[in-house]
Parts: sequence; structure tokens; C-alpha cells
Amino acid sequence: MSNWWSLKVQEMKNNKQSYVLLAPYMILFAVFTILPVMISMILSFTYFNMLEFPKFIGWNNYSRLFLEDDIFLVAIKNTILFAVITGPISYIACFVFAWIINELTPKMRALMTLVFYAPSISGNVFFIWLMIFSGDRYGIANGFLIKVGILLEPIQWLKKEEYILPIIIIVQLWLSLGTGFLAFIAGLQTVDRTLYEAGAVDGVRNRWQELWYITLPSMRPQLMFGAVIQLTSSLAVAEVSIALAGFPSVNYAAETIVTHLIDYGTTRFEMGYASSIATVLFIIMLCTNLIVQKLLRKVGE
Amino acid sequence: MSMPFSFKLRTKRVNRSFWGSFSLFTLLACFGAFMILPLVYAVNNAFKPLDEIFLFPPTLFVRNPTFNNFSDLLNLLGESWVPFSRYIFNTVFITLMGVVGHVIFASAAAYPLAKHRFPGKKILFQIVVLSLMFTPAVTAIPNYMVMSWLGLIDSYWAVIIPAFAYSLGLYLMKQFMEQMPDALLEAAKIDGASEYRIFWTIVMPNVKPAWLTLIILQFQILWGSDGNGFIYSEQLKSLHFAANQIIYGGIARAGAAAAVALILMSVPITLFVFSQSKIIETMASSGMKE
Repeated sequence: MSNWWSLKVQEMKNNKQSYVLLAPYMILFAVFTILPVMISMILSFTYFNMLEFPKFIGWNNYSRLFLEDDIFLVAIKNTILFAVITGPISYIACFVFAWIINELTPKMRALMTLVFYAPSISGNVFFIWLMIFSGDRYGIANGFLIKVGILLEPIQWLKKEEYILPIIIIVQLWLSLGTGFLAFIAGLQTVDRTLYEAGAVDGVRNRWQELWYITLPSMRPQLMFGAVIQLTSSLAVAEVSIALAGFPSVNYAAETIVTHLIDYGTTRFEMGYASSIATVLFIIMLCTNLIVQKLLRKVGE
Repeated sequence: MSMPFSFKLRTKRVNRSFWGSFSLFTLLACFGAFMILPLVYAVNNAFKPLDEIFLFPPTLFVRNPTFNNFSDLLNLLGESWVPFSRYIFNTVFITLMGVVGHVIFASAAAYPLAKHRFPGKKILFQIVVLSLMFTPAVTAIPNYMVMSWLGLIDSYWAVIIPAFAYSLGLYLMKQFMEQMPDALLEAAKIDGASEYRIFWTIVMPNVKPAWLTLIILQFQILWGSDGNGFIYSEQLKSLHFAANQIIYGGIARAGAAAAVALILMSVPITLFVFSQSKIIETMASSGMKE
């Protein structure tokens, strides 16, 4: 044992330069990512209001969260709804659009890539949708629907519970063709061309078989990467919800886990409680990611 | 052909039916329109005179384009307590520092992870991959505490320093570096170059295409950040913060808001247009590999 250890130490000494190169990044990464996650987990077992020293209260925050906090249940329901709808749809959309774009001429491909990527890169311009769904008749949605005769008077799109969720889902989908989409475009270009010719000889009859037996399996690494990115962003919906539906939204119709966290963390200063919300979110993200990665290993088998 | 776009196939491929291609490209065009129309609307709005912005029924395209909104914006900002140039400087400074630092730090860390063998390499990379899976919201509160312990609250650095250590950049850079030929590095090592020298004179120039990717992804994040929660002094706030105040200012400022929206979105989009091919080249090497 001590022999193994001294061997390792020797090996580490030999690679001193590697560690020096790694150090600046890793130190910052530890301070601003790892440390906060750990603090958050510890705080989740305390009562902490930023003024007094944190008081240990065991599992109280968690039992309160799941048993007494009705709004958290709404938040969980909304978040899962978002994730179940926007996650898979945006993931599949990323792939399908990348796949179609890949067949275009290089110039068209560059143009269409820009068209689909532009919304997610253009900063926080989703407030454009505020103008589109504006509650008076000058909003594009209302104006158009009144003009065509579907509506007689303007609808307060962002103030009615039944419309808020679908609108946020639409905007979230609009924003969601980001890094994952680019990775797919890139991945499709790396697929070995000769595989398709070989496939044609071996009896691949149409583009769908080509997709399933050749394209998808060759892109497994990018598919994994895209899945992690899409899933994580669809579980963390908050910004769009706050910008469009307000904070808090009408009767909490657009409350998500993250907006709930922001509510307790920055408005009510219940840091321990907010930390337990953060921990729950962290665990949900980790589990769904691991499950999705397991499923994706089966693609094309 | 009277069609606006002619969808030609890049290479003639087997197993393609005409109707299959036709319906797929129609699908692409429809969704493309959905993606781009809100942005087209935003661009047009910026050039609409006020009476056109409040026209009923609302129009997508501008009829009598004018630059009034931009001059209104300038007037509005000229009256503000903090000069507008200050907001621009803040955002440019934060973005520039954050991007440069990230490219250097992430590349330095990616090089050993990609090319060296040393104890702990696997676990360090696993942790970085794992951290791709969560959102900053999870750590917002303890992050504030860490920042205040370090005395970074209410300074640019609260936004800049954490940006050095975002995980996506390191991840992409490592995957990209793995494709560098080992022979190149071996040759330098035989000539007696230190690892630092190899990194700076051989590795860095060779991964320039990947820099662009890191730059654009990082730019996008920092350009859109408003330092919310960390920066309180009005003089230190970002362009985005100033823009939001105008945008949510209501009807009287609808024209200026449209102008500011156009300015905010055009910068990252322009940057992307120029670096598109390099970004895709880098992404080609990205994948969830161990």
C-alpha cells in the first residue's frame, strides 16, 4: 500500500508541470462551482436568514418543501411539464433541423444555421415576445387574430393562467436551438461518407434507414453532448418565465423550481430553505441526465 | 425559377426520393420562418416611426423607415444620470476580460487533460463533465457568500473571475486538443522545451479555431449578463441593465426600446456570422467521450 502511494507521489512529482497548467482553472472552478454546491448542500439542513449564524434543523427544510409547500408542488409540476415538453422536442428539433440543413449547399447551410441559431445567440431579446403577446390590440398576436376575425377583442395573453404556460413553452422552444444544435451540425459533417455508400450496397433502402443504421450511431458522442445541454436548460427555465409572466406570475401559473428558489433566496431571505430547493434541483438534473445517457447508448442497436 | 431559394442537394446521394426531400425542405422553411420572424419584426420595429409602431392592425415590415428611434435613444441616454458611454465601457470591459481570461485559463487546463497522463486526470475531467449538468441558479446563494468573503461584491470582478472557469469551454477545448498529433509535441519535448513553452508556442497557435468557439460562446454569456445580484453601483452596471430599463419603460419609450433591442442583438449575431465555420469545426470534435 505504501509502495503504491509512494509510486503515485513520484508520478505526481514527475508531472508537476501538468498540475501547474491545470491549477489556475481548477482553483477558480473549485471556488466558484464546487465549493458553492457543497455549501448549498450543508445550508439545506439549516435555518439561515443571512443575519444570524445558521442553525441546524435536520431534514425540516425538506419535509416542509414536500409536505407543506403547495407552491413548490406547482413549481415541480410546471418544471417537469417544461422539461417533458421542451426537452425532447427541442432535442429532436435540434437534430432534425441539423439533419435537413446538412443536405443543403454550403451557402444555404450557413444561412439556415444562422436562421435557427440566431434566436439563442441574440442575447436576451426574448422580450420581443412581450410585444408580440402584448395584451392590447397593438400586439402582433392580438392584432392579427382580430384582423382575421378569430378574436373580437384583445386577450391578456400573459395575465391569463391558461395561456401563460403554452406561451412560455413556445418562447423556450424558440430559444432552445443553441449549443446542442451547433454540435449536431458539426457532428453530421464528421460522419464518414463511405459508410453511406457501403450502406447502399448492403441494402439500406431510404433515408430513414440510413438515419437509424448509419447516421445516428456515428454521432453518438454529439447526441450525448446535446442531450446534456438540452435537458439542463429545459430544467432551469426561469428567465423567460420572469420576463414574460412577471414575478411572481398570476396565481403562480408560471412558477418553476428556479423561480421558487429565487423567491425564497432573494426576496424572503430564507437561505436554508432556498438551498434545499437548489439541492433538490441539482439531484433531479443529475438523475435525469444519467438516465438519458443510459438510454442514448442504445441508439442504433 | 420563381422560388426565392432553390434547395439543391450538395452531393447527389443515393436513396433520396423527390417527395421526401420536398416535404423535409418545406418543413425546414416553415420552422425557419418561425425562428426568424420575431427577429425580423424587431429589426423593422427599430426603424418604424412612432405612429407605425402603434398602427392597427400591427405590421411586420416598416413602411416609412426612419432613424428617429436611434436619435431618441441618444437623447434619452444623454439625459441619464450615468453617461451612456459608461454602460458601454462596462459591458465591453467585462466581456473582453472574461473572454480573454477564459480562453487562456481553459486552454492551459485543457492541454494536460488532453495530452498528459497523470494521477487524478480522469476524476478532474469527470467533475468538469458533471458540472455541465447544472445551472448556475443552483449555486446562486452560496456564490454570493463566496463573493462577499472574497470582497468582490460590487465590482466588475464578481462577473469576470467566475467566467474564467466556466466548464463548457474547457470541455470543448480538451476535445479539440485531443486531435492534435502527438508527434508535434514529442518533437518539441526532445528539443528540450518545457511544458509551458510547448503549451504557449505550439499548442495555443494550433488550437486557434477552437479559440473562436470559446470566444463566441463566452461573449454571448457575458454580453447578455447584467451582473444582477453582484453589482449595485449605477456606474458599474452593464449595457444590458440600461437597456432593460428602457425596454420596460412603457409606451413613451417604445421607439427607443426597439432601437436598443436591435443594437443588443446585432453584435453577437454579427460576430457569429464571421466565425461560423470555425465554430462548427470545433464542435465537430465535441462529444461525451470519457
